[in-house]
Amino acid sequence: MPVFYDSQEQVEVYRFSFLTAIFIPLAALFLQAFVPLRLPWFGVFDLPLLVVIFFAIARRSQISGLLTGAVIGLLQDSLTHQPIGLYGIAKTVVGFGASSLGVKIDVENIGARFLGTVFFYLVHQIIYFVVARGMAQLDLHWSWSHESLASLANGFLAVLLFAVLDRLKQRT
Amino acid sequence: MENLITRHRNVSVLVAVLFAQVLGLAVQVKRSGQSEETRLIRLWTVSAVAPFEKALVWTQHGLSGTWHNYLYLRGVRAENRELKQQIEQMRIAQVRLSEDAEQARRLQRLLSFKEKFIAKTVAAQVIGSSGSEQSRSIYIDKGSADGVKTDQAVITADGVVGKVIDVEQDHTAKVLLVNDESSGVGVVLEKSRLQGILRGTASGELVVEKILSDESVPPGERVLTSGGDQIFPKGLNVGVIIKAIPGSDSFLNIRLSPATNLSKLEEVLVVTQVDTRPPSLAETGGRLRAADVLAERLPSVPPKPAVDLNQSAGVIVSTPGNVTAGNRPSHGSESAKPAAPRAASRQAATGDASPSALVVKSETSPKPGVDAGLNEAPRNPSGAATGDTKRPDNAGASAVVNAAKPATGASVPVLTHDAKPSLTSKPASETSNPAAQPANKSTIPAKSRSGPAPLEDNPQ
Repeated sequence: MPVFYDSQEQVEVYRFSFLTAIFIPLAALFLQAFVPLRLPWFGVFDLPLLVVIFFAIARRSQISGLLTGAVIGLLQDSLTHQPIGLYGIAKTVVGFGASSLGVKIDVENIGARFLGTVFFYLVHQIIYFVVARGMAQLDLHWSWSHESLASLANGFLAVLLFAVLDRLKQRT
Repeated sequence: MENLITRHRNVSVLVAVLFAQVLGLAVQVKRSGQSEETRLIRLWTVSAVAPFEKALVWTQHGLSGTWHNYLYLRGVRAENRELKQQIEQMRIAQVRLSEDAEQARRLQRLLSFKEKFIAKTVAAQVIGSSGSEQSRSIYIDKGSADGVKTDQAVITADGVVGKVIDVEQDHTAKVLLVNDESSGVGVVLEKSRLQGILRGTASGELVVEKILSDESVPPGERVLTSGGDQIFPKGLNVGVIIKAIPGSDSFLNIRLSPATNLSKLEEVLVVTQVDTRPPSLAETGGRLRAADVLAERLPSVPPKPAVDLNQSAGVIVSTPGNVTAGNRPSHGSESAKPAAPRAASRQAATGDASPSALVVKSETSPKPGVDAGLNEAPRNPSGAATGDTKRPDNAGASAVVNAAKPATGASVPVLTHDAKPSLTSKPASETSNPAAQPANKSTIPAKSRSGPAPLEDNPQ
């Protein structure tokens, strides 16, 4: 299977049921808020981000992708004690970028999913830190080692998670 | 223009959405200094997530309780036997400690110390977290309906956890953990009494800031809350120092091992009420001992009017106050003694931290440091006194308070005025240590043991 598409005709666009579109992001937020209480190491994952990437690349619509990212990001912001919009901005950009990339590459490929998630995780974190430090004046510290490991961990989880979520996709 | 937007519709929407969020963010940042009300989106999200979290926690506790209390009972008998042995040992230790605690309370009462103690707590279950490494906060299942308000301390039996930053609903509140980067707690090192600020790091560790690098801070020393932040009562356990290295600036970089496992919190206590009051005998079980009756009858220094500033070496502004908690008759020979050290001693003895008393201390002290917490001797949750009655920097004209125990067994509190600027009393943490107790008692002068020696002025 080719990794890169050479024409729009080859691109498969999926859609999701209303319940899936509502329930999956909420479930991701819920798990992200609950599981680290019992498994502290789970905090390294960013389930809402993985859901944003999945929906964006499956729908392959930039507007849909950025809006999904914005909504999920703002909801995630509302669970923190920091100003609302930090995750919102970062996930909006990721949603837009992932849907744009979904048009270009074969997102069914495991390698592409892994690398794409690693890339978008780093993009997400960089945007988050830039906005948090530049606008919100938050005293956050960037650690390349931590972020690199976290991006790899999220990449591995994305491969597994996307395989599960693939079952919820509906062909248009 | 319209054509351009239509042609680049996707990018235009992206820019519009980003612009809206940046604008919203800017408004929030600008208003961050003002009192911030709960935003609707936070309320919605918490309302959507919290019920599921509560249900899951409830289910988890139910299953866990059923398993541990009814099914998995292997080794319970042996454990029960061990626990019974432990109880016996602890009873023996309790007898010794309760004697020390009573002595501490009596001394606090003599000095008119006012205790700050945790009067009311609300037990809460942790139902969720922020889910972000950049925001270390948790959600608890108690809210405004349970008396929870913002800026209330959240603790466990092990130590401090954080403070309430937002009461989202009637039964949900958000707690900022002490290991968050935006958190700050006033702390004091248990033995050296150095004060600093506890902060969190990006990786969730605890560090103590603002302690000068020329201070000696040994690893293993306990760190307690100082009460200076007006949120956490004084004397709560924070953690143990694991490393102290000089930082890039002139301060030490002190890392702590937290007393509470902040990554695995299940139940916490919200301190909903902190009272201030002088310690009472009722706390000792209502028993009025012979020594206490004797202390009530001992003569006291009569209230003196303000001393003329020009007449004494130090600037003395006296405030009336009794040396003991009871009203004693005046002591005739007292007026013949030098005024300055006596007045200063009396104020130190009464624990009067009024501005006038502070003037006395700062003027007569060789090192002009004033411990504003002089009149506070709060107890830690275990009941042990933690107030630092004297430190080198406020020992200008200090009153030496010795608990005399005559041969009859009844203890007679004796106040000895000592004008020499010396550190004569140990920190409460040391005096509460059973091992340190004999040393304390050995400081009693021989003649004060023989009878009710009321007051001794030893101007040196």
